[in-house]
Amino acid sequence: MNLAYRDIRHNLGRFLLTCVGLGLLLGVVMAMIGIYRGLIVDALTIARAPNVDLWVVEARTRGPFAEASRIPGNTREAIARVAGVAAAGSITYQTVETQHQLKKLRLYVIGYEPTRPGGPPEIAKGRNIARSHYEMVADRATGLVLTDRIRLGRTTFTVVGLTQHQVNSGGDPAIYITLPDAQKLQFDLAPPAQRVQLARGKGGAILDTVNAVVARVQPNSSADAIADTVRRWKHLGAITQEGQELILTRSLVDRARRQIGLFTTLLLVVSAVIIALIIYTMTMEKLKQIATLKLIGAPDRTIIGMIVQQAMALGLIGFATGAILIFNIKDFFPRRVVLEPDNVVVLGLIVFAVCLVSSGLGVRAALKVDPATALGG
Amino acid sequence: MVASTKGQPLVHLNRISKHFGEGETRVDALRNVSINVYPQQVIALLGPSGSGKTTLLNVIGCILDPSSGSMELDGEKVIEDGAWLRGDLRQLRLDKIGFIFQFHNLLPFLDATDNVAIVLKLTGVDIGRARKRAIELLDYLEVGHRKNAMPSQLSGGEAQRVAIARALANSPRIILADEPTAALDSKRAGIVMDLMRKLAMEQDAAIIAVTHDEKIFDRFDHIFELRDGRLESDAATDTPAVEKTST
Repeated sequence: MNLAYRDIRHNLGRFLLTCVGLGLLLGVVMAMIGIYRGLIVDALTIARAPNVDLWVVEARTRGPFAEASRIPGNTREAIARVAGVAAAGSITYQTVETQHQLKKLRLYVIGYEPTRPGGPPEIAKGRNIARSHYEMVADRATGLVLTDRIRLGRTTFTVVGLTQHQVNSGGDPAIYITLPDAQKLQFDLAPPAQRVQLARGKGGAILDTVNAVVARVQPNSSADAIADTVRRWKHLGAITQEGQELILTRSLVDRARRQIGLFTTLLLVVSAVIIALIIYTMTMEKLKQIATLKLIGAPDRTIIGMIVQQAMALGLIGFATGAILIFNIKDFFPRRVVLEPDNVVVLGLIVFAVCLVSSGLGVRAALKVDPATALGG
Repeated sequence: MVASTKGQPLVHLNRISKHFGEGETRVDALRNVSINVYPQQVIALLGPSGSGKTTLLNVIGCILDPSSGSMELDGEKVIEDGAWLRGDLRQLRLDKIGFIFQFHNLLPFLDATDNVAIVLKLTGVDIGRARKRAIELLDYLEVGHRKNAMPSQLSGGEAQRVAIARALANSPRIILADEPTAALDSKRAGIVMDLMRKLAMEQDAAIIAVTHDEKIFDRFDHIFELRDGRLESDAATDTPAVEKTST
């Protein structure tokens, strides 16, 4: 005869409604954790996409994500020749806004050399860029589909491949085009501006500029050592992949990360208080029954068991409701919500602990009940 | 019929006193109360509000410490000089005492059978046997047909019978009743009292009831009246101030 179960069954509708309410709250907590994780994952996605060990950028900058970085296009050849470097590729990054089918699109344009490091990590649909101009690989989050044609600057590109989850730290979906196309898009002057420059006796814009050179090092080589070598060239800076990720998480998204982290902590505290209040109220409503149980000889463990089991059931059902809810709606969020199993397990353990501690309030109230309360009206 | 006063009393109170507070705020709820209650006796505690009836019931029910005096329950000395001699009062209640309340106090989330069976379950009887015994008791009290009903589905009389079954489930020798018929009409009150008396006879138990219900006074062997914490009779010698005899 499980008293907790029987009491829940007796007030099933109200209990389930309470669980759903708690579930919604825990769902919000999970969503915040997911958004927090998503922010970090998004911030790292583009930096991890080239799958490289070293970032060569403009000297004294922390580019190309945290700061602007411009280096000559021929830097790649120099880096490729450094001992220990297995492969190197030039890369550019820029954000553009365009229109497609009357819809405004903000795109994070990545220019790369198709045969070198820097391209999309994998193609989910279609193929990689095979021509040197006018083809693009777009992330699915852009809403573009294969064969779509989209105008960027003065050039129209055709979507030949699709990637997944490739967005920058601001949540803008990425598109990949060839380096020459990207350079033209980023550095080429519009014809009127070019004419002004020519009239002034200056040449056109220098197109062969890149934002960074990415490099993979040989298995027996150290990225740190190569970075030190590169830094000796006064006009270049070098950041290891680990350093780049640290810049992204500690600098670029740090404030947003801390803001969401703090909000998530607050939500967890609010959830804990609400759980405690629910359990306390549930116990207070049963004081007469608890007094009767004590009077007829029920030991403390029976009463404690009833309260703790109900608290656990509340937490478990609430947590499951929240998890089911958030797993079903997470893809509808405009930014990525990343819920990894370990996050869910940790939150589950926190909810478990909160329920256990919160039930202490109810248990304390129950143990203080005088059995004599059962006597009299 | 007056129950026998021969043999050993089931409840023996010797100069039990209980006060609350000290100094100017001191309230003497019980003053040197001595009572003997014998098997098969049905006793009423009467008195105006604040006279100490409930305090006395709480002391006998092992839920309130007396300030002084001694008490024996079913031949076992449980209080000496105002101090409990047993640590586990809950077990003492479970072993020796059954409670019947004014408003039945059935657990609303258990059906009639389990409301009775829970007492047996608490003593370690397996749930199957506990339910079997509970149904037997409910049948005996003529509410067996309501064994699966929840308390909210029972009438006042049915609920009080289930409460009586619960009080008797563990075959206690002392049954304490707090206004057991207050929520019942006179006909049902009479039936319940007759039932309690019958059970007291059959189980060789004693029933002590706090009541204001004049319509059932004739169902008691003795009526002890309390006033300002004092017993208006020398109960230890079984000469109550008011004594009614049922026929």
